[in-house]
Amino acid sequence: MHNKNNLKGWLYLLPALVFVGVFMVYPLIDVMVYSVEEGYNFASQSYNGVGLYNYSYVLHDPYFLQAIKNTFILVMITVPLSTTIALLISLALNSISKLKDLFQTIFFLPYVTNTLAVGLVFMILFKKTAYSDGLINMFVNLFGGRSIDFITGSYSAKMFVMCLYTIWVVLPFKILILTSALASVPKVYYSAAEVDGTGSFRTFYKITLPMISPMIFYLVITGFIGAFKAYSDEVALFGTDLNSAGMNTIVGYIYDMLYGNSGGYPSFASAAAIILFAIVLTITVINLMVSRKVAVK
Amino acid sequence: MKIVLEHLTKQFISRHDANEIVTAVNDFDFEIPDGKLVGLLGPSGCGKSTTLNLICGLEVPTEGKIYFGDLDVTNLPPENRGVGMVFQNYALYPHFTVRQNIVFPLENLKGEEKMTREQMNEKAMEVAKLVQIDTLMERKPSELSGGQQQRVAIARALVKTPGVLLLDEPLSNLDARLRLQTREQIRRIQKETGITTIFVTHDQEEAMSISDLIIVMKDGVMQQMGEPQDVYNHPVNLFVAKFLGTPAINVFDGEIKNKKLYIGDDCIGKCDADDQEVYVGIRPEGFIPSEKGSLKCRFDRIETTGRDTSVVCHNEHCISDEDVRAIVDSDEKIVHKDGITRFDLRKGKYHIFSKKDEKVIDA
Amino acid sequence: MKNRAKITKNAFIYLCLTLWAVIVLFPFYWMLLSSIKSYSSYNREYTPKFYATSPTLSNYADAFTSVPLSRYLLNTLIFTVITTAVMLIVITLAAFAFARLDFAGKDLVFTLFLALMMIPNELVIITNYVTITDLNLRNTFTGLILPSVTSVFYIYLLKENFAQVGDDLYKAAKVDGTSDMRYLLKVLIPICRPTMITIVILKVIECWNSFVWPRLVTDKQDHFLVSNGIQEIRESGFGRENIPAMMAAVVIISLPLIILFLVFHKKIMEGVATGGTKG
Repeated sequence: MHNKNNLKGWLYLLPALVFVGVFMVYPLIDVMVYSVEEGYNFASQSYNGVGLYNYSYVLHDPYFLQAIKNTFILVMITVPLSTTIALLISLALNSISKLKDLFQTIFFLPYVTNTLAVGLVFMILFKKTAYSDGLINMFVNLFGGRSIDFITGSYSAKMFVMCLYTIWVVLPFKILILTSALASVPKVYYSAAEVDGTGSFRTFYKITLPMISPMIFYLVITGFIGAFKAYSDEVALFGTDLNSAGMNTIVGYIYDMLYGNSGGYPSFASAAAIILFAIVLTITVINLMVSRKVAVK
Repeated sequence: MKIVLEHLTKQFISRHDANEIVTAVNDFDFEIPDGKLVGLLGPSGCGKSTTLNLICGLEVPTEGKIYFGDLDVTNLPPENRGVGMVFQNYALYPHFTVRQNIVFPLENLKGEEKMTREQMNEKAMEVAKLVQIDTLMERKPSELSGGQQQRVAIARALVKTPGVLLLDEPLSNLDARLRLQTREQIRRIQKETGITTIFVTHDQEEAMSISDLIIVMKDGVMQQMGEPQDVYNHPVNLFVAKFLGTPAINVFDGEIKNKKLYIGDDCIGKCDADDQEVYVGIRPEGFIPSEKGSLKCRFDRIETTGRDTSVVCHNEHCISDEDVRAIVDSDEKIVHKDGITRFDLRKGKYHIFSKKDEKVIDA
Repeated sequence: MKNRAKITKNAFIYLCLTLWAVIVLFPFYWMLLSSIKSYSSYNREYTPKFYATSPTLSNYADAFTSVPLSRYLLNTLIFTVITTAVMLIVITLAAFAFARLDFAGKDLVFTLFLALMMIPNELVIITNYVTITDLNLRNTFTGLILPSVTSVFYIYLLKENFAQVGDDLYKAAKVDGTSDMRYLLKVLIPICRPTMITIVILKVIECWNSFVWPRLVTDKQDHFLVSNGIQEIRESGFGRENIPAMMAAVVIISLPLIILFLVFHKKIMEGVATGGTKG
């Protein structure tokens, strides 16, 4: 009886094991092997040595350094900003009853839309062409500013659009999570605070915030991880050739190394992917340590 | 169908410590006669449910054999044993209607036993009528009361006309009033169908009231088996004596000296056994208030609950509880002089147990 | 006095929420609006107008005729349906094995599965790309679909749900003579249908929007999915600057998911709140 069950269990698990084995476990080992095979040739699948040259190459590649810089700026701006905005919107949402569902549904809409498709709309809104300065520049002019080329112009203008679009894309998830976290704070606490005559800011700071802080940390951690992996939003805004736009991200660099005009270097791509993983892991560990420290307080 | 358990043992690896082996059922060796309603009784964690699972085939014994009639079913899967089982929380399929729930076991039949849809519905209706739920066939379990769900579960267990019906704590999820009603129902259904039925319970009153036979278990070991009143009147050990009866038996420290039985300094009767320290268990109904009674207790109060009048008093040798509780006739006059009440003891309503192994000593 | 302050505060809150709603919805409005402006009138507007003077549907016709948009849609549909269906079978079997069956090594394998949830896609995609290329599966549906049919996370989600269905029900089914497979199909799946629907919807959204993997393994238009199609349209379709036609294509591509969202918004939001993450 026991042996029969053994076989059955593994049989049910077999399809998942095969797929996970071939497309997750094996690649995980393989990527480390690739990353130390020097001079790997994709066509002949041969290499001429083992060492850390791939890492050194990637770390000295100006495109990679640019990608690191872009990614870090994006992360440092969008994660705190989007979390704060999401918190404010969730608080507002939670304080109303009429139309709450409608607003909530609208706010969640970007989550389900194709980011490449909507990214194209953003590009058109911001783009300055020979025919038109674009809608956003119309507003800039309205307030007395001069037209700016957001898509092919200066670095800071491009970074501005990139951050703005990223925030637009990531907010729905954060608003949803925070709204349900806020809704799950028991009402008695607020009633108690009101009876005690606690001011609304103090109530928020002393009651609401501590109670939803696990969710905020969750959002910050997943936000960091997500932002470090930014790629398709950038493609939507600036096209597939991100290197020449100067807007590449680490993930974009990995794919460019693998495929496309500059592709064919899985070893370099692997080294870059492992560097990315190391960065994300470090940041996550720091995040967890900070969140534990705050929680203990 | 009679059920024979032969040296049945079930051991588990402990959930807390992988090196520890727990013996849930220890060397069960007895026979349950055909057509009886049997109550399997014991405190929680004593291995009752494991016994039931072994009989039904959900678990495989470590050692020993199980026979249904003359057929060795030890290694048969549940569906081939011809058993029906009712689970403690009924385990009705929530997404099926009552009819679908009852028909479900029939749909699993294979080969020659396979039924047509009409046969299935007919059979389902038949058992539904038996348990009186034939008007609820199209409802979902969530739309039924606890008692109704219980009866659906019984109908589902009966639909394949099993040779053996097993019920796991069938009444524990019902409120007090329903419990009385339902246990009468179970009794009636069992009598009408004549199916050998075993039900597990930790409630001795429940077991005593409807069973033909009861089996008392403790720590995986069968203590005693017999007709309820017989077990009550002749417990083989202190555990059985304490487990059966409400209010519980009063247990005293006692001593046998020169063929006489003492509680403290009070000599309460004769005993043929050798001199030794013993436990004396006295049923609440075993006390007869008497001015010249041999057992002296300090009077505390009289409690009247419904038809019973109980005298609550103290005796320093009583170890079962702080109080000695005696149930007396309501018209009996309770005499207490200087706060002391005296009792004589009714023959057969007190038992003597050895302090060594807690086994009964014949008076 | 206090009342008035409250009303003012409420008005301010509604104003802010409305403002954000406008920001969220505006790109969709602009997408629709631009798609019904004719090519010439769009290009004549140096200052963009918030309305269309002479709305036209010709851009939609263009979107279907001058680029293989229907091909992209069909590809995405095939990809989404097959991937979701195969995934559902794979994860249901695995979740059932983890939740209900006893076999040697189960706990170890489950722990390993959980550990795999932390592995980012970027780390494994390189080898997968090489594997698919080596197997000559580039520009095939097989190559597109194969790496996407397991999700450790969904196995975990479903396993938790399966495990919530009581032991007694499984035992009852055993006594009733039900095989494991029949128990799974007749009892477990119907009871856990809400979770399975949530998983299907989330997977459909993921498939419809997937971009990176299809971009790696397809370079011929006859296997492009919508995301890659829209990128292709942007870079070389419609003679590059035909923005109204481009917007028409964007509307068509976005529409299926928006409809799905409008129908299932409660389920989708619940599903995401209980366990979904972006990406």
